[in-house]
Order: sequence, then C-alpha cells, then structure tokens
Amino acid sequence: MRFGFNFWLGASLTALVILAGVLAPWIAPFDPVLDADLMSSELPPDATFWFGTDGQGRDVYTRILYGAQISLTVGIVSQVINSVIGVTLGMTAGYWGGWWDDLVNGLTNVMLAIPSLIFALAVMAVLGPGLPSLLVALGLTNWSWTCRIARSSTLSLKSQGYVQAAQTLGYGDLRIMFTQILPNMMGPILVMATLGMGSAVLSEAALSFLGLGIQPPFPSWGSMLTDARQLIQLAPWVAIFPGLAIFLSVLGFNLLGDGLRDSLDPHMRTRKP
Amino acid sequence: MTAPLLDIRNLRLGVALGRSVHHPLLKDVTFQIMPGEAYGLVGESGSGKSITSLAVMGLLKKPLAVTSGEILFKGQNLLSRPKREMRRLRGNRIAMIFQEPMTALNPLSTVGRQIAEMFVLHQGRSWGEAERLAVEALGNVRVPNPDRRAKNYPHQMSGGLRQRVMIAMALACNPDLLIADEPTTALDVTVQAEVLRLIKELCAARGTAVLFISHDLGVIASICQRVGVMYAGCLVEENETRALFENPRHAYTRGLLGALPRLGSRSAHGRQRLVDIDSIIADRSTLTETRFIAPRGPEGGQP
Amino acid sequence: MTAPLLQVDDLHVRFPISGGGLFGTGRRMLHAVNGISFDLAKGECLSIVGESGCGKSTTALSILGLQEPTEGTIRYRGQPLAGPGAPGRMQRAKAVQMVFQDPYASLNPRQCVRTSLAAPLKLHGITAASEIEGRIEAMLKNVGLTPEQARRYPHEFSGGQRQRIGIARALILEPEIVVLDEPVSALDVSIRAQIINLLLDLQEKLGLSYIMISHDLSVVEHMSDRVLVMFFGEVVEEGGWRQIFETPTHPYTRRLIAAIPDPDAALNPVAAAFAPDATLPDGRRFVSDGSAAPDVFKPPVPSALVEIAPGHRVRLASTA
Repeated sequence: MRFGFNFWLGASLTALVILAGVLAPWIAPFDPVLDADLMSSELPPDATFWFGTDGQGRDVYTRILYGAQISLTVGIVSQVINSVIGVTLGMTAGYWGGWWDDLVNGLTNVMLAIPSLIFALAVMAVLGPGLPSLLVALGLTNWSWTCRIARSSTLSLKSQGYVQAAQTLGYGDLRIMFTQILPNMMGPILVMATLGMGSAVLSEAALSFLGLGIQPPFPSWGSMLTDARQLIQLAPWVAIFPGLAIFLSVLGFNLLGDGLRDSLDPHMRTRKP
Repeated sequence: MTAPLLDIRNLRLGVALGRSVHHPLLKDVTFQIMPGEAYGLVGESGSGKSITSLAVMGLLKKPLAVTSGEILFKGQNLLSRPKREMRRLRGNRIAMIFQEPMTALNPLSTVGRQIAEMFVLHQGRSWGEAERLAVEALGNVRVPNPDRRAKNYPHQMSGGLRQRVMIAMALACNPDLLIADEPTTALDVTVQAEVLRLIKELCAARGTAVLFISHDLGVIASICQRVGVMYAGCLVEENETRALFENPRHAYTRGLLGALPRLGSRSAHGRQRLVDIDSIIADRSTLTETRFIAPRGPEGGQP
Repeated sequence: MTAPLLQVDDLHVRFPISGGGLFGTGRRMLHAVNGISFDLAKGECLSIVGESGCGKSTTALSILGLQEPTEGTIRYRGQPLAGPGAPGRMQRAKAVQMVFQDPYASLNPRQCVRTSLAAPLKLHGITAASEIEGRIEAMLKNVGLTPEQARRYPHEFSGGQRQRIGIARALILEPEIVVLDEPVSALDVSIRAQIINLLLDLQEKLGLSYIMISHDLSVVEHMSDRVLVMFFGEVVEEGGWRQIFETPTHPYTRRLIAAIPDPDAALNPVAAAFAPDATLPDGRRFVSDGSAAPDVFKPPVPSALVEIAPGHRVRLASTA
C-alpha cells in the first residue's frame, strides 16, 4: 500500500497532537490550573512563557498541551461510540433488510435532518456540562454517515461469493457479519472515523466555547477561546494559539482521513494476476 | 498483392516511468490486416491482445506507451499523427466496439441521438437528417421497430440490443476497420450467435475489415479468416483459420486447442481427458522464443 | 430401488416486484422457477443449462438453502432440505456445498487459505488441532495445492489456483452434493481444462454428486451424465447427455446447441444442422420455440413434460 503526501502530513500533525497530549505532564513547564498568578497575567510570548499568559496569568503553552488531552479524548472516544453504533445499525440493516432496515433508514434520515450540533446541545442541556456528557453527546449525534456507509458496504458485500459460501458452510448471521463482512469494510469505516475526529474536535471547541463543554478552570481549546474573548484586543496570543491548535489538529485528522481513503481505495490497490 | 489496410510492425509497448520503460507488454508484434479481411487475435487475459487494439486506436493511457514500432493505417503511421487527426480518424475510419456496451453508451441520451451524433460529428449532416439516418442504421443492425427503439435510453434495452446499437454506431460512417474487443463475451449464447452473424454479414457487405479480439477460439473461428495467437505480449503463431485449427504448430496453440472441450468429442465409450496445458509445456518462459507465422496465400487474405 | 440422493419436486420460486404505483399497488409476481422436478442419484453429474434469467441459479440457491422456495419440496435422503421441517444451516452444510463462478469474489480477501478451511471445521465441532491440520493438508493435496500454500492470502494466487481453493472449501465438510455454478466460465481457457479434469477426478475419487449450472454446452457435454434444459423457469427438455446432444428435440435446445461457438462447428457448418422445429414428427406441439421470451409476470401456459424415449422428456403443449 502506498501513502501519499497528504497522508504523511496528516499523520505528522496527528502524531504531534498525540505526543503533546501524552507527554504534557512531563514537558509542560507549568501546571495548567494551579500556576495562576495575576501579577504575570496577559504577558506576551517570551522565553519563559512561549505562548504568553492568559487573563489569570496561566501559561498558554502549558494549557494547550493539556488541552490536547481533552481534544484527543473527545475525538477518539466519540468516534469509537459513533462507529460502534453506526456499524452495528448499518451492518444489521443491510444484512437482514426488511422492517429493521426500514426502521434504521428512517432513524438515519431523522438524524441527518437535525443539525448535529443542535442535537448535541440538546443532549448536553439534559445531561449537564462536563467531559462525560460531552462524550455521550458527540458519540450519539454523528453515527448516521457511518451507518449509511456500513449499510451500503454490507449490501454490496452480501452478494459476494465468500459471504454466500459462509452461509452454505453453516455460519450463523452474526458470525458472517463479524468474520466476513466487517473486516472487508473496515477501510471506509476507518476513514469515516478519522474524518469524524476532526469534526468532533471542532464540536467540542464549539460546545466549550458556548460554556456547555469542559468547565473552567480545566483547559480545553474551546474553553480557552471563550476566556480569550474579552482579551482579544489586549492580548491576541491568548486567542491565536488555541485557535491555531484547533486548526492544525482538525487539518491533521482530515488529511489523515483523506490519505487513508486514497490508499484504501480498491482502485489504487494492485491485484496480482 | 494488395497493400494492407493496417500494418503493425515490430510494435513494442510498455509501462513508461520517467524516461525508462519497464515491464514490456508487447514484444515485436507484427501483423497485417488486408482491406475487408477479418483478422482474429486470440489469447488469454494479459496476453496483450487488448492493448494492441488500444494502441491502434491511440487510446493508450499513461503510463502505457509505445516504445518502438509502427502502426501503418493505409500507409500512414498512426503513431506520428497529431492527436486532433487521430480523433477525426476514430469513429470515422476506425471504429471500435467493446465487451460491455453499457459503459460505452451515454445513459442520459437516447440511442437514436447517440447514433445520429456520429453522422453530425463525422459527416457534418444536419440533426434532422442524422436522426433519420440513425433509424435506418438501427434497421440495418436488425433492431425490431427501429423508429420506436431510437427513442429508447440504453438502460431500456437488453444486452444484445445494446450491442447492436454499438455496432450501428461503429458502422455509421462506413469505417475501413472495425475493432471488436470481446464484443459478445457478456452475452448469452443464442444472442452471441446472432450478434456474431450480424458483424460478419454487415462487414462482408460493406467491405469493412475487422480486428476481432477474443479469448474464445470458437468465436474467432466463426468470424475470422486469419488468426494470430498471442501469448505474453508476443504473436506466437499466425495462420489461416482453418489451417491453424487443423494443424496447430506452436505448443501453446496446441495446448489451447486441447484444453477446450469440443462438442461431439465425447463418445458413448467415455470421455477424452482434456489436455492439461502444463503437461505439454514444461517451461512457459521459453514459449515466446519460437514463432510460427504462416505466409499469406496468393489471394492476399481476401475472403 | 434405492431412493435418490436428492429429490426436487415441483419447485416454484416467485419474487414480488413492486411495479410502480404510489402504495405498491402495481405489485407483480415474477415467476422465476415454475415447477421444476428432478432426482439426483449418488455419483451423478446433472447439469442445468439455460441462458441468463432462465431460473437455473435460483434453483441452485434453493437447493443450497439460500433462497426459500415458494412452493414445492426438496428432499435429501428422504428428509426435507427446504421449507417446513428443514434442518438448520449446520446440517445442510454437510449435505450440499457450492463452488462459485468468480474465483476473485468467492474468497474472503482478508482470510488466508488455512483460516477459510479451518473455520468451517471448527464450526462443525472439529477442534483437535492435529485433525484440522491433517484434513486441510489432505484437502489441499486433493485439489492440487501444497500445504505450504495454506498460509497465503487469496491475492497471492492465480485465478485457477483460487478456484482450487474454492473447491477445497466446498469439499472440506465432506458433502455428498456439490453445486457447481459456472465453475470454469470465469477462468482463462488454458486453466479450464485443469479445473474440469480436477472436478471429474474428485467426483470419481470421493463419490460426489454434482449439480452443474452452466451455459457452456461444450463443458456440459464433457462433464454431465444427465442434462436439464431450462427456459424461463421451466424445464423444456431433459435427458441423458447423449439424448440431449445427439437427438435434441425441443426447438430451444436445438437453438442452444446450434449457437455454441465451437471451432469444429464453425469450420464445418454441417455440424450445426439442428434447425428448430415447431412440432414433433407426430404433430404434437411445443409451447414455445424458444426464440421469444414469455411474460415472466404471468403464470406459465399449461404444458407437460412428455417422455419421448426412456429418460428423455420434452415439454409439449397440454392437449387439454
């Protein structure tokens, strides 16, 4: 399999975010919450505070490193939930068809008709703010495209000879789905999940910005932007660096997804004669 | 002896990466097609028969490229012609039909209009006249109710009818050469027989030469006067059809013919075991070292 | 007289097709298979021939339990194989297996040969590693592959080798009946002979019964003991292979045989002299001459299979 430039750029950016999040406790010069010092607030970037300090005098660089943990958790966990829901519904609907298929299709269409951020807002309003409810909200709202892809892949894979062969060999339906169908549609599902991570990071930022996501004083890139609102004229670095972090990580996830899609595309694969 | 219509000389073709050429796909392929002659290229998948036809049409896609040799059509080398001129030639003087007509027809346009387009494009006729000619052309390929059928879209037709439409389009401008690449492989046997008969009769009546490409020896035998057998990018044997089937000289040809269950070969006493090609060919890598090209008869290949 | 291995009796398969109309009011029934009956004896190769849409594949799928019959019974050793009282997939798997047409689509690209052969064995309760290994090794040898090739994935094999793997997978549970769905038509010409020879060898060695679905009459003549000719859901002619190929009677059978692109027939047109006739010499009529398609949405015209020679039956118009 050959990966293109996009894939490697995306993979590098994603790796950078992962490293930042994982290594934050060791490489961050300060504590993201406790090292608040109003005496040194709103300092521009210098040798001590690389990205400057925010309104409470906390180091922006430290908070961005820790914010990567939140963004990664949100991106990965919400996409795992999305993929599990989407694949389970889509695969069973495609395989069994009938009333179950109609039901899942109807549900998918309803989900697609509601803007996912609005739906997430509603879920957050019910569950209350905080990381766990954020994960649930984002995990429950974005499975419809995964579901559609899983369903259509299943429909096309179902007619493949090896699925029929498995039926004649006595395999049960669930065994066929998990051993014959699922492994052969992992490519597109993985791509969807990677692309979805980018939008989950954005949604987290948006919800936190609206005050429904991660609660202060814990650092998330979205909540950092909220805090930066009043300071944007005085201390633009407080807004610029979290914004840049969101931009680069979303770009990274998207490029990674695109790159994966290109290299998993069956037309790009060589088939030996 | 008349001059050949298509004269392919030492054609070599490969995958071009940068300046170097890797993986030669055709090795010194040479054959001639006389005006009005039906010439068959037979071979298995990957033997190079289809890329030969694409090279003639000037439709090779990168990274495939001709590395040496000549393709002379009516004495002019097609390889050195400008693209614009090749485009004028395609469909007009050299036409092609494919295995799957659905991919070659525009699904959003009626078949009548698509045939008419050939007349407008290549003969500069008015649309009104072209559409009348299109109905006529459909009648010529024995499509029942051509007036009504001309208004159909490709998906409303069966595979056999679509292939007839393709033939009507290909023969619309009375080309000198028709290239048919496995045109009946996707069809049912009885439909295949009708389509083959149609190609044979129409081309004979108009004096159109045919380059017929197939993996099926039976199909080739029923339509071609002369056959070339391709293996691994080489033309390993060429002869008059009857002579080739009755007296195959190349080991590969013999293997192919023996591997084919033949109708009537089984008797009440039992069946003959089919020839396993690997049992007569010990080493496939030496297959292309020998070639048997029979000289043309004095009649120059005319039917 | 011993009971036949497989008995198909008056098999009907109909599909509902929604033919437009706002609330599916235009729902029509597509008559795919109309009353097929046949027996399959142990060790016999029965071919079902016909062109696309004739119902031969639907018949095969019904036998395999992949398509529920609308009417009729399929019995294996006297026990129902489809419909009410039918066994589950597990028992059926040991009775009937299938070899698929396309060797590229019929193997899971993500399973190595060993896995695709071992999984069915494990599923059917064979868990001892030594027995699994032994059976896989023996099976690979049977189909002309080496045990070392078991670790490889489908894409590492050629079309012919893949078809051998497909045959191995069909035989690993030691079924008595194997449905061959166009087993060689997707293969290169020089490979076909090898697979045909292999299938005939295995049939003899393992005492298999084949039901072959094919449109390639040269292959059918070479392999079959008996032949059913199907035309739009009905058997129009059935008989031993010599009866079908030497004295074809139904106009459709004649058309089929005359249409075979056989080099000998093409070069010596005398061989293709089976002109379709509308009537038998004694004046009995055929329902269709096989040139025009009947309306598949209507129940078929009443007709009956009439014996014209021992074991040779032809569909004629009902005299009633």
